[in-house]
Amino acid sequence: MSQPPSITLHVPEGSESDGQEPSPDNERALHTSFHQLILEQSSLIEAGLELELQERSRESPARLATPDACAMAWSEPGQGEEHPSYSSASLQILASMPSRTIGRNLGAIISQYCNRTARLRRRSSRPPLQQLCRAARPSLRQYDLETDPTRATLEEKRRLLVKELLSLSPSQCSHMLLTMPLSLAEKRILRRQLSGQRGPLRQHTHHWAPFSPCGWPKVCIVLPWHYALKQIGGRFGSSVLSYFLFLKTLLMLNFFSFFILLAFVVVLQAVYPPASVSPQPFTGLELLTGAGYFTHSLLYYGYYSNATLNDPCTSSPPGSVCPLAAPTLPYNLPLAYLFSVGVSFLVTCILLVYSVSRSFRESVGSSTGDLAIKVFCTWDFKVIQRRSVKLQCENICTQLKVQELGSAEHPRPQPCMIALSIAPLGPAAVQRDKTLLQTQSGSGSSATALLQELLVEQRSRSRSQSRCQCLGHCVVMLLAWVLALGLVSGCVLAVHYFSGHMHMVQQEQQAQDSGRWQQEAILLVVPFVVSLLNALMPHLFNLLALWEKHDSPGTQVFVAIIRNLILKMVVLILLCYQWLTRSVICSTEKCWETCVGQDLYRFMVMDFIFTLMDTLFGELIWRLILEKRLKTKQRPEFDIARNVLELIYGQTLTWLGIVFAPLLPAVQMLKLLLLFYIKKTSLMRNCQSPSKPWQASRMSTVFITLLCFPSFLGAAAFLSYTIWSVQPSENCGPFRGLETIYKSGKSWVLVLEKSNPNITWFAWVYQHLLENTCLLFFVSVALIAVIYFNIQVVRGRQRVICLLQEQIANVRQEGHGTPGAGPAEATETKYLSNENRLQELGLFSLEERQLTGDLIVSKEVSEDGLGSAPRCPAKGQEATGRN
Amino acid sequence: MFYMKISIYQYLWEQSIIRLHGRYHEMAPNVVPMDYTKDPDVKLPMQLIINMPELKENPFKERIVESFSEDGEGSLSFNDFVDMFSVLSEMAPRELKAIYAFKIYDFNTDNFICKADLEKTLNKLTREELTAEEITLVCEKVIEEADMDGDGKLGFADFENMISKAPDFLSLVILWEDEEMSENH
Repeated sequence: MSQPPSITLHVPEGSESDGQEPSPDNERALHTSFHQLILEQSSLIEAGLELELQERSRESPARLATPDACAMAWSEPGQGEEHPSYSSASLQILASMPSRTIGRNLGAIISQYCNRTARLRRRSSRPPLQQLCRAARPSLRQYDLETDPTRATLEEKRRLLVKELLSLSPSQCSHMLLTMPLSLAEKRILRRQLSGQRGPLRQHTHHWAPFSPCGWPKVCIVLPWHYALKQIGGRFGSSVLSYFLFLKTLLMLNFFSFFILLAFVVVLQAVYPPASVSPQPFTGLELLTGAGYFTHSLLYYGYYSNATLNDPCTSSPPGSVCPLAAPTLPYNLPLAYLFSVGVSFLVTCILLVYSVSRSFRESVGSSTGDLAIKVFCTWDFKVIQRRSVKLQCENICTQLKVQELGSAEHPRPQPCMIALSIAPLGPAAVQRDKTLLQTQSGSGSSATALLQELLVEQRSRSRSQSRCQCLGHCVVMLLAWVLALGLVSGCVLAVHYFSGHMHMVQQEQQAQDSGRWQQEAILLVVPFVVSLLNALMPHLFNLLALWEKHDSPGTQVFVAIIRNLILKMVVLILLCYQWLTRSVICSTEKCWETCVGQDLYRFMVMDFIFTLMDTLFGELIWRLILEKRLKTKQRPEFDIARNVLELIYGQTLTWLGIVFAPLLPAVQMLKLLLLFYIKKTSLMRNCQSPSKPWQASRMSTVFITLLCFPSFLGAAAFLSYTIWSVQPSENCGPFRGLETIYKSGKSWVLVLEKSNPNITWFAWVYQHLLENTCLLFFVSVALIAVIYFNIQVVRGRQRVICLLQEQIANVRQEGHGTPGAGPAEATETKYLSNENRLQELGLFSLEERQLTGDLIVSKEVSEDGLGSAPRCPAKGQEATGRN
Repeated sequence: MFYMKISIYQYLWEQSIIRLHGRYHEMAPNVVPMDYTKDPDVKLPMQLIINMPELKENPFKERIVESFSEDGEGSLSFNDFVDMFSVLSEMAPRELKAIYAFKIYDFNTDNFICKADLEKTLNKLTREELTAEEITLVCEKVIEEADMDGDGKLGFADFENMISKAPDFLSLVILWEDEEMSENH
C-alpha cells in the first residue's frame, strides 16, 4: 500500500528546487529560502499570472488579495518551512497550510483533490522526517496544475488525479472519491479510468464500509428512535429535539446502571432466593404505592440477603458449625451490592463528565453571537412544514433585528493587544512591525456579544436616562426574588409539617388496624402533595416573571430555570434529611431502607402521573380550548425548559434510590420510554414549536451541566453519607448487623488478608492509601492543577487567536493602502515581471499575500485547537511557535 | 446492480437510491423510464423538482436545485438528483456540505458571496421583513465579521472558517431522511 514518495518528484519543476532547499535550522534562514523559492517560481509562472491579473484588475484591485487559485500557489511554499524538529502533527498542519479553493471549476477541483490525494498518500506512507522535508513541497506542481490552462487540460488533470488515486489503498481511494465535490457522472468517469488501470475495484468496496452507508445498519439498530427523532426535528426544529435527545441520554445512563445492578446483584439474588416471607396478595394498588406485594421482592433493599451466595453453610442456622469447606469462588452478596452500586455510579459519572465536556466543546463556538453565523448557519433545512418554516423565518428575523441593533450601538471592543512579537513570521512581517504599532483596525468580528446581553445592554442604556425607572425595576426584581424564595421556603415548611402529620395519621391507622387499602392510600398523600407543588409552582413563577418584565427572553428562561431548580432541590434535600434521620419513616421494627425505597418509588410514580396530567391538560385540553372556543390557529407551546427540569428531577430521584431499590433504574427506564412516546404523540398533535429564540446547543450544555452538578453530585453526596455514616437496619438487607455499610468492605479486606497471606499488599494498599486523607488531598491538588493548566492553555490559545486576527487585519489594511490601480494601468504593466507589476499596481507583494493566507490558516488551526483542546496540543504549540 | 453502482459514490443506501428513483419516476412517469440500466439521458426541469415536499417550503429551493444541476440551469438528471440527496443526507461530511452550502448561498455563481448574494439570502431568510437599511447594515456587519482577507466579499475559505464556529451546522443542513429505511432499523 505504501509506495515510496517518488511520484511526488516526477513533476518537471520538482527536480529543480530539490537541491536548493538548504534545510535550514532556524526560522530566519528558513524564511530567506522561502523567499528565494518565491522568486524562483515567479519566473516560471508568468504566463499564468498575467492572464489572471488582467481579468482581475479589471474588476477591483482589492480582489487580488484573495487567496484563490493564484494566491494559493504563492502561499504554497509555506510547506517548505517544514523543519525536522517539528512533530509530525505540526508537519501535517503545515502541509495543509495554504488556503484552500474549492468550487472554481471542474479542473480546479480535480487538481486540488489530486494534491490532497498526494498529501494523504504521503501521510499514510509516513516517510522519515528528512525525506518529508523535500517531498512535501508540491507547490510548483500545484501551481502548474491550477493556473496554466494550456498545458493541463481537463483530461490531463483527470489522468493525474487517477494516477494519484491509484497509489492509494483501495479503501482510501474509494473514500477520496466519495468526498469529492464532483458530480456523479464525473466520479464515474474517474472510477472507470481507475478500474481500467487497476482492474475492477468492486471487490474492495467492503473495505470502506465504515465510511459508507452500507456499514451503517449495525449502528442504526443500536440507535433507537432514529426515525422518531428525525420526525420531531423535521417538524419542530432542533430546539424541541434537544428535549428528546436529553431524554435519550438519560435512558442510556439508566440502562448502564440497570445493567450493572441486574447482572451482579439482582439476577444472583433471584437465583438464590432467601427464605421468603409469605407474600401479600397482589391488589393492583401496589403499582402506585410500591408497598404490599412489592415489599418483599427484588425491588427493595430489604429482600437481599447478607450471605455468601454459593456457600452451602448459609442454609443452616447461624449458630451451627459449618462442616463443609467454603467454595472456591464465594460470592459475597453485600460486597457485590456495594461494588455494583459504586461502579454504576462511577460509570454514570464518567459518562456524564464525557457528555458535559463534549457538549461544552460543541457549544464553545456558538456562544459568540456572530452575525455571519446567524445568517448562514441558522437555517434548518430539515424543517419542511409550512408553519414551522414561517416560524423559523420570524425567529431569524427577530434575532437579526436584535443583534443588528445591538451591534450598531455596541462600541467596538478594544483591540486586545498590539502585536509586537511577530518577527519570526518572516522578512515581510519584520518590515510591517512598525506599521503594526501605528495602525489598529477594529477587530469587530472577534467579540460580538451574546444576543441577550446585547439586548440587555441596549435596554439598560436607554433606561439609564431615568434613574427612577431603573430603581423601580431593581426593587421589582428584588421583590420578585424575595417572593419566589419565600414561596419556596413556604413550600418546604409545608411539606415538612405535612409529612410529619401524615406520618402520625398513618401510625394511628396502623394502631386501629384499618383496611390495607386505606393504609396504603395514605402513603400516597405526601408524594401527591410534593408533585402538586412541583407542578403548580412553575406557573406561579411564570406569573412572577410576567410581573418582573424581564428584558430578554434568555434571562427569563434562566430565571425560571433557577427558581424551579431551587424549589425542587430544596424539597429533595428536606426529604433526604427526613429519610436519613428516620423521623417520618416507617416504624423501627421494619426495614427503613425498604421504606425509603418505597417512598422514592412513590415519588417517581407520582411524578410520572403528574407529567401525564400536565400533558393532558396543559397540551391536549388547552389546544382544544384554543381551537374550539377561542378559534385561534395558535397552539400551546412546548415548554422545553420546564419539561427538561422535570426529567432532571425524576433522574435525581432514581439516583437517590439506587441503594434502597436496586431496580429503580429499570422503573425509570420504563417511565422514560413511556414518556418518550406520550410526549412525542402529544407534541405532534397538540403543540407548536416555541416562538422564543432557542440556542439548542447552548441550552443542552446548560441542561447537562445541571444534571451533572446539582442532581448527580447531590445524589452522590447523599449516598456517600448513607454508606459512610448511617447505620443500616438490624434485621434486613445485605448489611444487617454492621455499623455502617462501608464497614462491610473493610471487614472483607481483613478477611481477605487473613485467608490469603499472599495478598497482604492489597490490605496494605487499602489501609495506607485509600483510607489516608493525605493521599486524597494530593490527588485532588493534582486534579486541580491539571484543570488550571488546561484553563491556562485555552487562555493562551485565545490570546494567540486574538493576535493572529489582528495581524490579519493589519496585513489587509496594508493591502488597501493604495487602491489606485485602474484597468488602464493593468494593460501597461503587462510586460513587467510579476513582482514589479504588483508593486506598480500598489497591491500586496507576494510575501504579503502569502503571509495573509498563512495567518488565516494559522488562526484556523489555533481555533481548531481551542475547540478540541485536549486532543491536539501540537497544533496549539505550532501556532504559538510561529509567533 | 445499477443502484449498487451509484451507491458506491454516495452517502446513501442502495435501497434509498431505489426509493429515490421511485420518487424521480413519480414526478414525470412518462418521461423517466423505470429501467435505468442503459443510463438514459433524461433531465427533469426545476419546476417539477422544487415541488417535492422536502423542498417545497424551503426558501432556497431554487438555489439548491441549481447548485446540483450539471448544466447550471436547474434541470436535474437522475445522477444529479441522487447527488443532491446524498450531500444533503445526514451522513455526508462537513466539508462536502460546506462546499454545497457555499454554492447555494452564492446566487450569482461568481464563487464569492458578495453583497448582492447576502442581500438575497437575507431576504429569503426573513421573508423580506427587514427594511432595506437593516439589510444593508446586516450585510456590512456580516462581511466585516467573516471576511478574513479583506476583499469585501466572502470566499470559500472565509465561509468555511465561519462554519467551523457553528456547531449546529452539520445537523442543520440535512434535507432528507430515508424514512422507511430508518424505520426498519
